[in-house]
Amino acid sequence: MLADKDRIFTNIYGFHDWRLAGARKRGLWDDTKRLIDKGHDWIINEIKASGLRGRGGAGFPTGLKWSFMPKNDSRPSYLVVNADESEPGSCKDREIMRHDPHHLVEGCLIASYAMRAHTCFIYVRGEFIREREHLEAAVKEAYDAKLIGKNNIHGWDFDLVVHHGAGAYICGEETALLESLEGKKGQPRLKPPFPANSGLYGAPTTVNNVESIAVVPTILRRGSAWFSGIGRPNNTGTKLFQISGHVNKPCVVEEAMSIPLRELLEKHAGGVRGGWDNLLAVIPGGSSMPCIAATDCQELLMDFDSMSALKSGLGTAAVIVMDKSTDIIKAFSRIAYFYKHESCGQCTPCREGVAWIWRLMERMARGEAEKSEIDLLFSVTKQVEGHTICAFGEGAVWPIQGFLRNFRPAIEQRIDERIAAEARQAAE
Amino acid sequence: MAVRRLHPDQPASFAFTPENLAWAKARIAQYPEGKQASAVIPLLWRAQEQEGWTTEPAIRAVADTLGMAYIRVYEIATFYTMYQLSPVGKKAHFQVCGTTPCMLRGAEGIIEVCRARIHHDPHHLSADGAFSWEEVECIGACANAPVVQILKDVWEDLTPESFAKVLDGFAAGKPPAPGSQAGRTASSPVGGATTLTDAKLYDGTAVGGWQKSFADREKAAAEAAAKAAAAAPAAKS
Ligand SMILES: Cc1cc2nc3c(=O)[nH]c(=O)nc-3n(C[C@H](O)[C@H](O)[C@H](O)COP(=O)(O)O)c2cc1C
Ligand code: SF4
Ligand code: FES
Repeated sequence: MLADKDRIFTNIYGFHDWRLAGARKRGLWDDTKRLIDKGHDWIINEIKASGLRGRGGAGFPTGLKWSFMPKNDSRPSYLVVNADESEPGSCKDREIMRHDPHHLVEGCLIASYAMRAHTCFIYVRGEFIREREHLEAAVKEAYDAKLIGKNNIHGWDFDLVVHHGAGAYICGEETALLESLEGKKGQPRLKPPFPANSGLYGAPTTVNNVESIAVVPTILRRGSAWFSGIGRPNNTGTKLFQISGHVNKPCVVEEAMSIPLRELLEKHAGGVRGGWDNLLAVIPGGSSMPCIAATDCQELLMDFDSMSALKSGLGTAAVIVMDKSTDIIKAFSRIAYFYKHESCGQCTPCREGVAWIWRLMERMARGEAEKSEIDLLFSVTKQVEGHTICAFGEGAVWPIQGFLRNFRPAIEQRIDERIAAEARQAAE
Repeated sequence: MAVRRLHPDQPASFAFTPENLAWAKARIAQYPEGKQASAVIPLLWRAQEQEGWTTEPAIRAVADTLGMAYIRVYEIATFYTMYQLSPVGKKAHFQVCGTTPCMLRGAEGIIEVCRARIHHDPHHLSADGAFSWEEVECIGACANAPVVQILKDVWEDLTPESFAKVLDGFAAGKPPAPGSQAGRTASSPVGGATTLTDAKLYDGTAVGGWQKSFADREKAAAEAAAKAAAAAPAAKS
């Protein structure tokens, strides 16, 4: 288990003062100038060496992403922080913003400096109103203390704007987020061009998740070797895990990357409801990630590589636990409904496909489908996957594919039960 | 996608209050020259806070303030689901999360209470006009499921019983405090946190503690660089 001294988010539950005075006492904003004075490249190299991979879902190496930003460009550069946190199961950025906002504010300054950006926008999902209030208050404190702003004590002019959405999961997709920030509907852009070349207002832009940016100050202070020494190679550092569903004590907790799933659930979440043997399946990284059946959970490590070995993904490390009492067809039908509700509607395969998938899932949950439709359902997911503008298409169909891979017999059984019930009725 | 249309009955006009207008101007100034359209979501949101729901005159007023075509702002109002396109309950509008993590922990039971006590269907007012409800998608509080958002706050760890108390509280004008209704702090595990118990994290010793090892690393890096520089010409020869 990770020791408290190696935890980055030391106020994640809000037991202590989240404001500047409290944050300073916990070691934030402590001689930040010394870090800035090391230069743009040193910061990027340290983040590269730390092995930090993006915490927003895709796990792209953060330092590498920063190095794509142009060094001599007449246009302004922007850092945009993705605080749209809407992937079902995910609820960690919320805790950073309301209880440890100065981690993020300090991280924004340092990361923007590394990428030669003088302006950063944080895009907070509209529903996070209290979270935004805390973040805005923290930004104001930082301005007032001259930690950021024009002529601040760090010698890098820097403006930080807290922006917000108004309810649309798709705005978490980075180009939809930029569209939304420009005052439009959140409909993803075709890539290329990638944001590093043409992002916000057509200028070089990097989009990073809240957690990816908030861990930066601590990594730099304690050194890349400290961070990369936690977890496994290619899966380094600490991570905020979010545990929901059928555990005795759902919670958010910072742990070492690569912690075994069972240890994570039993140490922090009070274990699976009814005991470990009562586990049916987990969704390991938010609803877009394919589920993993209990038989594969015995030795499962919570990291990028072990998830991809099982055709799933770590995503945001939001673990949704389902015990044997779960109506698994209904649970996934509700996920299908989520994607039907949230598709932005631009691509026909996505817009029509996700609605179609949901309707069929509802019929399957009631046992009304035919068995031949199970293969049809799978083929529809394949017609969406890879045929859309953005990765929402994949995120919408992967959970269904994972469900079919693991729970086909449950669908067949329900259909059989329906047929048997009909036969009984006909006989009576 | 959800089908969202403006309400058939619209008020005659809309104008920001002087405070909100001043706020809007400051908001617009946060974006670069010529990029004032970026402020559209915040301004429409402020208009909704003022009126209780998003009206057609408000959409036009926001468009005029930002120099945007009406259709562009109409698109925003119908695309983003937090804009309420019809009037909501005077005392409270309940946004019940129904997505799978909340469903697994009993969201359907909360929706039943809404159906029984407010209206059978979402987005309809209760008989006395005090309440309305809707099912929303994941609001990012899944470790505290099931949850209900009302205006700015979230009531968490609900049961049909504790949710009924929230409803009664709003009816009486004295709702219980938001957050966990199961008595825990934020998303810490029920019964007490399993982490963050080391007093040293909070006694101020974290300040400056990193400087020595940082200096050591700087020294080691400088030595390594000097060594490499010394070795480089040798390698050439
Ligand atoms: C449909 C969809 C929704 C997404 N939602 C989020 C989100 O809510 N928060 C987030 O940080 N990233 C989200 N992402 C990933 C972002 O596009 C982007 O990869 C991420 O913000 C990059 O940050 P990182 O490199 O720090 O992880 C989403 C992606 C897709 C396709
Ligand atoms: S894949 Fe879906 S969400 Fe993404 S752009 Fe196409 S329609 Fe929109
Ligand atoms: S599913 Fe309800 S808050 Fe996430």
